[in-house]
Amino acid sequence: MTNPEVANINKDYEYGWSSPERYAVKAPKGLSREVVEMISKAKDEPQWMLDFRLKALEIFYSKPMPTWGADLSGLNLDEIYYYIKPEGFNARSWDDVPDDVKLTFERLGIPEAERKALAGVGAQYESEMVYHNLKEEWEKLGVVFLSIEDGLKQYPDLFREYFATVVPPEDNKFAAVNSAVWSGGSFVYVPKGVKVDIPLQTYFRINAESSGQFERTLIIVDEGAQAHYIEGCTAPTYASDSFHSGVIEIIVKEGARFRYSTIQNWSHNVYNLVTQRAAVYGHGVMEWVDGNLGSKVTMKYPACYLLEEGARGEVLSIAMAGRGQHQDAGAKIVHFAPYTSGTIVSKSISKDSGRSSYRGLVKIYEGARGSKTNVECDALLLDEEARTDTYPYIEIEEKDASVGHEATVSKINDEQILYLQSRGLSEDEAAGLIVRGFIEPIAKELPLEYAVELNRLIELEMEGSVG
Amino acid sequence: MTDQPHQLEIRNLHASVGDMPILRGINLVVPRGELHAIMGPNGNGKSTLAKVIVGDPEYTVTEGEVFVDGVSILEMEPDERARLGVFLAFQYPVEIPGVTIANFLRLAMQARKAEGEEVSFTEFYGRLTAALKTLEWDESIVERYLNEGFSGGEKKRNEILQMLMLEPNYIIMDETDSGLDVDALKIVARGVNSMRGPNLGGLIITHYQRLLNYIVPDKVHIIVDGRVVQTGGPELAQRLDSEGYDWVKQLAVAGD
Ligand SMILES: Nc1ncnc2c1ncn2[C@@H]1O[C@H](COP(=O)(O)OP(=O)(O)OP(=O)(O)O)[C@@H](O)[C@H]1O
Ligand SMILES: [Mg+2]
Repeated sequence: MTNPEVANINKDYEYGWSSPERYAVKAPKGLSREVVEMISKAKDEPQWMLDFRLKALEIFYSKPMPTWGADLSGLNLDEIYYYIKPEGFNARSWDDVPDDVKLTFERLGIPEAERKALAGVGAQYESEMVYHNLKEEWEKLGVVFLSIEDGLKQYPDLFREYFATVVPPEDNKFAAVNSAVWSGGSFVYVPKGVKVDIPLQTYFRINAESSGQFERTLIIVDEGAQAHYIEGCTAPTYASDSFHSGVIEIIVKEGARFRYSTIQNWSHNVYNLVTQRAAVYGHGVMEWVDGNLGSKVTMKYPACYLLEEGARGEVLSIAMAGRGQHQDAGAKIVHFAPYTSGTIVSKSISKDSGRSSYRGLVKIYEGARGSKTNVECDALLLDEEARTDTYPYIEIEEKDASVGHEATVSKINDEQILYLQSRGLSEDEAAGLIVRGFIEPIAKELPLEYAVELNRLIELEMEGSVG
Repeated sequence: MTDQPHQLEIRNLHASVGDMPILRGINLVVPRGELHAIMGPNGNGKSTLAKVIVGDPEYTVTEGEVFVDGVSILEMEPDERARLGVFLAFQYPVEIPGVTIANFLRLAMQARKAEGEEVSFTEFYGRLTAALKTLEWDESIVERYLNEGFSGGEKKRNEILQMLMLEPNYIIMDETDSGLDVDALKIVARGVNSMRGPNLGGLIITHYQRLLNYIVPDKVHIIVDGRVVQTGGPELAQRLDSEGYDWVKQLAVAGD
């Protein structure tokens, strides 16, 4: 433990977890110039960042709410707290965490310290020793893995060179709001030719503020470097506010290879509207592995902009929508250069009145000769009420290019259930196993412990859903 | 229930799909220790009988009873019946993509355990290696997804693998021999014979004498038009092999 404050917090909160809300800074409800200034001041930012935030705020005001995706009419942007800086680590008390979230932690068998961290009430794990060992290793390699705030402070030039170059505030209304009020997230730099074997997990990142509603992540993978980054955790991320809008920007330079994996499981009151995009240069490879559970509405389309010859992008995604949920998820692959290639595999599961949509864009600009993307989207419906739809947008300006698109919709088949039941599995277990099999092609891309947890989560969501 | 007879008893079983009757009063008693062959022309209710016993909700039982060791099972879910020790090797095993055989077998074994009891690795692996050896199958097969892309013969062999792993008390084999080459037929028969003994009862549905050369049945029943029209010893199967079904069909008509 290097930070005495952190150590103290651990002590203070060992018992009870019932302290009243104490905030160092809490902005008033709603979005305003004052709020933005307050955030920037609280973070002790350089003037350029404040200017950037304020400009983003103007852009946010000028853009209408999107009407093409999921229904956002329940989202009242004036009712949101855009910034709460907790005193130390703890934003709220354990008692305030909803019982259903606590119960899920219980059933997942997550240790107490971890639960509190996941619920946003705890200090980071007891895994600090592990973190410190890893950190030393990374530092030897020149790898930077910091909170976004520390990134800005410690690497101002590198930060400024790349920040908002992949997702500018003009991109969309939610990128604009994030640009205005961002807080929390990661800053990663992997130097030329460095291969990082152990995944960079946010789990291990000790930062001064928990990644919150408006997290911002900037990752630069320099030429020929390789790394895998794992965001967040698989237990329900309890957010007291119902609006989450992150921006993830990734730069994959020539010959580099990068994978970004995330499984998000927001509590069921959250609008999760995320912009995540990678700029991929010559012969670089970017892979998004993306799982979306929970939330009320998710709109998320991980993108790969293939900017130079030979660049490659892959998006593997899973979405599960239950009662009252709409997962509007998909991918974007944009080919700017010749011989670029992409793969999109999207799998969705819908149950009860849940709805999942695949929305994907494949665009091939003129001149991107020999480029190619394959899209496969498979939807599994667990009952009659569930709904799925696909919105594939394909724009090809180049003659010598191709896009393959395959879509399937299936239902859990009675013969499969009978077969598994006749071997002793209960009907629910049988359905759960079929669903696990359905997502296996993506789950197997995750590190084992994440795949296991993903499966457990899906099982929990599945309980009592068949019959 | 120790005084209950150890037998599978089917009593006046009638079953239909929608309002079409398929089984019209089947009566059969198979004590543990005996394997009975079920034969009969295509489309006369053999598979239906098998599926009704395991609890396929596709079929409605309109009359009759099925007892396993004296316990009435018709109100039970298919998995409860499985836990009583009933096992069906399906005529057409389904594919379950993304689920490895290993994973599935483990879950199926676990499902038979009492609450709080775990299948140990040694128990699982020990039984698996023995079963694979009997079936002359390489261990790599268990990493494949359940029946996905399997040849007809491989699917059948996989049914027997599950049967060996789950150690049922009553087996029903629905045309496990069809689609098997001669060598595979011998291997499958060896698997079944290895389980034979005073604790195992079952029905072997087949069209061919060749399987019954390897698994010699204690009795042979012929089902025509949803009823058992003739019962005899192994010689009955031989007669069918040489004479066909014409004469039994006559019996069915006579019975109406
Ligand atoms: N699910 C179903 N829906 C409609 N008809 C059915 C269904 N299951 C069985 N049948 C009909 O019931 C009859 C008996 O079928 P079953 O599969 O039991 O025959 P079988 O004796 O096993 O024949 P085979 O020797 O060809 O396997 C057939 O006419 C079949 O078409
Ligand atoms: Mg049949």
